[in-house]
Amino acid sequence: MAEEIKNFLYLNRRAPYGTIYAWESLEVVLIGAAFDQKVSLAFLDDGVFQIVKGQDTTGVDMKNFSPTYAALGDYDVNQLYVERESLEERGLTVDDLMHLTWEDEDEDWAEKDSIRVVSRAELAKIIEQQDVVFSF
Amino acid sequence: MSELHTVNKSPFEKSSFDSCVEHVLEGSAVLLYEDGVYAAIRGTAAEGKVKSAQGVKFYALGPDLKARGLSGERVTDGVEIVDYAGFVDLAAEYDKVVAWV
Amino acid sequence: MAIEIEGKSLETDEEGYLVNLKDWVPAVADAMAKEDDLELTEEHWEIINFLREYYEEYQIAPAVRVLTKAVGKRMGKDKGNSKYLYALFPYGPGKQACRFAGLPKPTGCI
Repeated sequence: MAEEIKNFLYLNRRAPYGTIYAWESLEVVLIGAAFDQKVSLAFLDDGVFQIVKGQDTTGVDMKNFSPTYAALGDYDVNQLYVERESLEERGLTVDDLMHLTWEDEDEDWAEKDSIRVVSRAELAKIIEQQDVVFSF
Repeated sequence: MSELHTVNKSPFEKSSFDSCVEHVLEGSAVLLYEDGVYAAIRGTAAEGKVKSAQGVKFYALGPDLKARGLSGERVTDGVEIVDYAGFVDLAAEYDKVVAWV
Repeated sequence: MAIEIEGKSLETDEEGYLVNLKDWVPAVADAMAKEDDLELTEEHWEIINFLREYYEEYQIAPAVRVLTKAVGKRMGKDKGNSKYLYALFPYGPGKQACRFAGLPKPTGCI
């Protein structure tokens, strides 16, 4: 029997440095990406703070893992959903986020945007369409 | 696909419950357990949200209510109280579990 | 565990990876290669340096699949394939090359 490809969604709802959740999520995503599954990430609530640009942890003695989000494309994780309402509630716009892209090997490494801003209602439907949802 | 959403944080401390009810679609269910059971209590700020969720079934875990001194009479109308076996049955009944942690 | 480099003892973990990234000098790679009965060539160094640049940019050691793809993009298909990379690093281009490069074990290597 052929292995069935499943849709995995990681829900990221926490800010990056106050707890270990954000980094743990990212590590699990990278490890999980080794298996041939369709992986996407959602950033909502305080999770949107994870991908804000300009992070610099030199003053707090913690690893700045924000550059690692830019590697997700290399791991074939190309779908990053960001909830519009969560951004707005926090006074953010998409311009405050890192510009995350992936390169399409089939189109001579054409660079494409990974981030897709979606409404809360759209995200609810995206969650519904998944086979498995992991929460962090 | 139908989903069983779970909430285990107090609605007064974390946004988990609020986020959950804003992402629940008709035909799905919400199970409240651990500190999440406080959202099942009548007369709280959460009651209105439980009642206004259209076509969404709410459950609360009985042992967690009991542990917190919350009797069945205090639970919002329409919220069904289940035991651990009921929790397992629900998880099996729905296509997937979405945890709001 | 530790590895002796230029008169200094550098701490390594139980699998031989450097504990402190900042300890790395090129002699670390040479010494580790010698222990694995390898002589590092220009081709090895090309990959080791590539891994260090990757880590500098993304703060992770890439999984072997990701390394292969990235090498292919940078250096061409004749180098971006498992056969070429395993010939250079017989214990695994992810695990062995990352160790030589002073990086942690690749994220996504199980």
